Amino acid sequence: MLDRIQRLRRGAVTTVGTATLVVVLASCGGGTGPDNRQNALHPAGSAAHKILNLMTPFFWVAVVVGAAVVGMTIFVAVRFRERPGDDERGPVQTHGNIVLEVSWTIIPFLILAVMAVPTVATIFDLAKIPKGPNVIHVDVAARQWFWQYEYTDKGTKFYTANEMHIPVHQPVVLTLTSNNVIHSFWVPALAGKKDVVPGHPNTLTIEADHAGTFLGQCAEYCGLSHANMRLRVIAQSRADYDAWVRQQQTPLSGPKITQFDTLAKPWGCLSCHSVTNGDKTVTARIGPNLTHVGDRDAFAGDIYPMTLDNLTKWVYDAPGRKPVGPLVGWMPSFKQAGMTMAQAQQIAKYLLCDTATDPSVHPECR
Amino acid sequence: MTTVEDATAVVKAPVRTRILERPRATTGPWSWFTTVDHKKIAIMYATTALFFFLVGGVEALAIRLQLAAPNGTILSAARYNEFFTMHGTTMVFLMGMPLAAAFGNYFLPLMIGARDVAFPRLNMFGYWVFLFGGIFLYSSFAFGGAPDGGWFGYAPLTSTPLSQGFLPGRGADFWAVGLIMLGIGSVATAVNFIVTALNMRAPGMTMMKMPVFCWMMLVVAFLTLFAMPPLTAALIQVFMDRNFHTNFFNAAAGGDPLLYQNLFWIFGHPEVYILILPGMAIVSEILPVFSRKPLFGYSVVVFSGIAIGFLGWGVWAHHMFATGIGPVATSAFSLSTMLIGIPTGVKIFNWLATVWGGQVRLRTPMLFALGFIAQFTIGGLSGVLHSIVPADTQQTDTYFVVAHFHYVLFGGLVFAIFGGIYYWYPKIFGKMLNEKMGKLNFWLMVIGFNLTFFPMHFLGFEGEPRRTYTYPSGMGWGTLNLMATIGAFVIALSVLVFLVNVIFTTRRGEMCGEDPWDARTLEWLTSSPPPEYNFAEIPIVEHRDEFWHRKYTEDDEGRLVKLPASEAAVIPARRDPSEPHNIHMPSPSYWPFVLALGLPIMGYGFVFKWYWLLAIGVLIAFFGLNAWTIEPATQEHH
Repeated sequence: MLDRIQRLRRGAVTTVGTATLVVVLASCGGGTGPDNRQNALHPAGSAAHKILNLMTPFFWVAVVVGAAVVGMTIFVAVRFRERPGDDERGPVQTHGNIVLEVSWTIIPFLILAVMAVPTVATIFDLAKIPKGPNVIHVDVAARQWFWQYEYTDKGTKFYTANEMHIPVHQPVVLTLTSNNVIHSFWVPALAGKKDVVPGHPNTLTIEADHAGTFLGQCAEYCGLSHANMRLRVIAQSRADYDAWVRQQQTPLSGPKITQFDTLAKPWGCLSCHSVTNGDKTVTARIGPNLTHVGDRDAFAGDIYPMTLDNLTKWVYDAPGRKPVGPLVGWMPSFKQAGMTMAQAQQIAKYLLCDTATDPSVHPECR
Repeated sequence: MTTVEDATAVVKAPVRTRILERPRATTGPWSWFTTVDHKKIAIMYATTALFFFLVGGVEALAIRLQLAAPNGTILSAARYNEFFTMHGTTMVFLMGMPLAAAFGNYFLPLMIGARDVAFPRLNMFGYWVFLFGGIFLYSSFAFGGAPDGGWFGYAPLTSTPLSQGFLPGRGADFWAVGLIMLGIGSVATAVNFIVTALNMRAPGMTMMKMPVFCWMMLVVAFLTLFAMPPLTAALIQVFMDRNFHTNFFNAAAGGDPLLYQNLFWIFGHPEVYILILPGMAIVSEILPVFSRKPLFGYSVVVFSGIAIGFLGWGVWAHHMFATGIGPVATSAFSLSTMLIGIPTGVKIFNWLATVWGGQVRLRTPMLFALGFIAQFTIGGLSGVLHSIVPADTQQTDTYFVVAHFHYVLFGGLVFAIFGGIYYWYPKIFGKMLNEKMGKLNFWLMVIGFNLTFFPMHFLGFEGEPRRTYTYPSGMGWGTLNLMATIGAFVIALSVLVFLVNVIFTTRRGEMCGEDPWDARTLEWLTSSPPPEYNFAEIPIVEHRDEFWHRKYTEDDEGRLVKLPASEAAVIPARRDPSEPHNIHMPSPSYWPFVLALGLPIMGYGFVFKWYWLLAIGVLIAFFGLNAWTIEPATQEHH
């Protein structure tokens, strides 16, 4: 009987031990390889590097302390468990020990004091707002549910959405504003998150140390499609970035504008979206600026890849493609307004092929 | 109340009140609606809260199913948002706090040698407000949409008028009104516990002889008393903004969304301690009993609990590190957050030292208590990592935070609660829960819990944000999410084992001895279940762990010596509850129930702007309040 119980106990311990090991290993190794471009553990920017470097040593201190306490808990339970041969008089009745208690008050205090110094230093370091001709400025307006970017540096005024292009090794100062609810701008590989609070313009500095596409998303619950408010930052060489800026600044030609006016007029697209035509100063509207929408990789809060099929379905019935609920001022379902699929496709094709700087990147436009 | 009078006085006919005859029955099904007995109220609190625990658990399972794989389609975005909001709201306000009220209600008076709480009718009122508040909140699913702005309900998402459509449905109205209502009940209970602990202790029980459980409940009561008002203020402002076009949180009109966060978290962080201190309270009772040693460093454990209570007020802005409150404020709150880790650590080390050198009986309550220590420590340490502000800006609002606070509130609080249930079940019902099923319950819960929440640390680091109803494939989050989902079902299985255990014990279990654990504190110095009046004779207290010291003393080596059986340690025999006794107890009453009933009716009136219904609710509440006021606490029978 005793044997059986012991065997059971040993079996249980082995099972739990193995299970723990599997969970820990699976978690650490955890599937997310280099494919995950939204990973705070694979920093690609100076702020993200500083944060990871600050945290890593204390993370391991925490792991050691945690393992020690968990180990100690198991140890005391096993070592001091009741046994048949125990002293009948019971255990020694210790009531406390001042030296021990003072030491386990002071030692954590010292560890925390050591932790506090670099923490505060890094807080102030990351709060600095870089200045100079080298710095690029982007105003980020968080909407329900997409990101609007306005490049504000002298001679580069233009709007785009969801996809932010930045040059590598140059600090980019983002000014974060919202006219609706609180959002949070987060690209883990580049920096920690910063909330976008109505009435409180915040700044966040990002700087990429190598070229690449880094993903992010809204990190403060902002309503129905919070999960569908993603974004990407495309870091490029300075030359590529400059070329991209030139593309974005190029207004659509007169005939293209006329073509869009004709297509869009029945549906009132331009009451919410703006298109840069070169003559007028462009202003932000409630929807994303469409001047070069065909140049982007994805749309609708960075959730649908930019394909003719996706765009067509979107133009036809946007609320059916992304939960919006009763939000006022959102893209209506043109399907219900009587649009046909063919009309939707015509508009989508225009958006994809006629706004793209190089339409041949889209197979559908060739 | 504690006066002993002639038995014949009780039998006389009751005086008629103007409206209704005062209820007299203390047994039978109807007595549950009028009872002022703290033990019955505690059982009602516990059953209701455990029911809501199951409801919140089912919501969690649905959430986990949705997230088991990328692009889940089990729940719609709207339903998912309702579920995560109600899961959090339920577990905080309808499970955690009421269970603390349940344990406090049952054991605070018993442990200090009192016959009831200080204000029995207020106690009853607190329960009914909780029940009606919970029903009110959940009725929103039927009446126009459940709360879906998160348990924290940040303005302006929740405070913007319905017509803007920021959130579909009336959920935020139900949420604001429901939480205001629940807050009323919590404050009532808090006042009651404070006065009870301060004024009703048995003769000889000085504050420093009071069990740690009672100390922690006292701290929790003070925290609740001061934490609920700012929340109530914030909720009223949300409701006003939403319905009456005020602009407290409307930035466009000069309001400030961060004001809401400051108000919410000055409630919300103490709330964390309101939830976890009862867990610490329970564990501090279980560990000494099952180690056969006194709590190591009683005064240090007590004072670190008080220190947590005070420091808990100075850390709220660590929930706001990403909001842009500036480097000075974030540094200050970073340091205060680090500081609060110290008294917490002290408690953990004192618990371990309590077990050290003991004769440890690894029974189910002890297993849960040990599980608490290990898992709570992990949660505490990930909390310390949050105090590194720059790191927190990567962690906040990700699954790392979900992992962190579930290690504290599930790995900690829920484990302590289960430990407490197994420990005190024989006290409350006179029967032991089945030990084999108890152990199975524990091991399944340990495995399920860690399988669910450990991987979430890494999901957070790897960029998965909270409160998202879907995530795309290609992020590499699928495997860990699947593990978490499997773990959640293992937890569900463990809870099922618990339920089976309770049913089995109720049907088949045999009555156990009066002191099955060789316990230490006064609640065991009476029969199990205790009679209505708890103690026939109020014990005179000479020691901390009074009951233990009536059974044992120490020799020069500090070893235990069993005292010869003395009258002082004799537990009175069980009595038939219907048997008359000569101890004056507070009389049952209808009025707290009536007053509480008025509140949800007023609530519906507010939410739907049906002012006639509001008026009816006010009338009912006023009627109940008035009748309560003129009714004596104890009915005179002359």
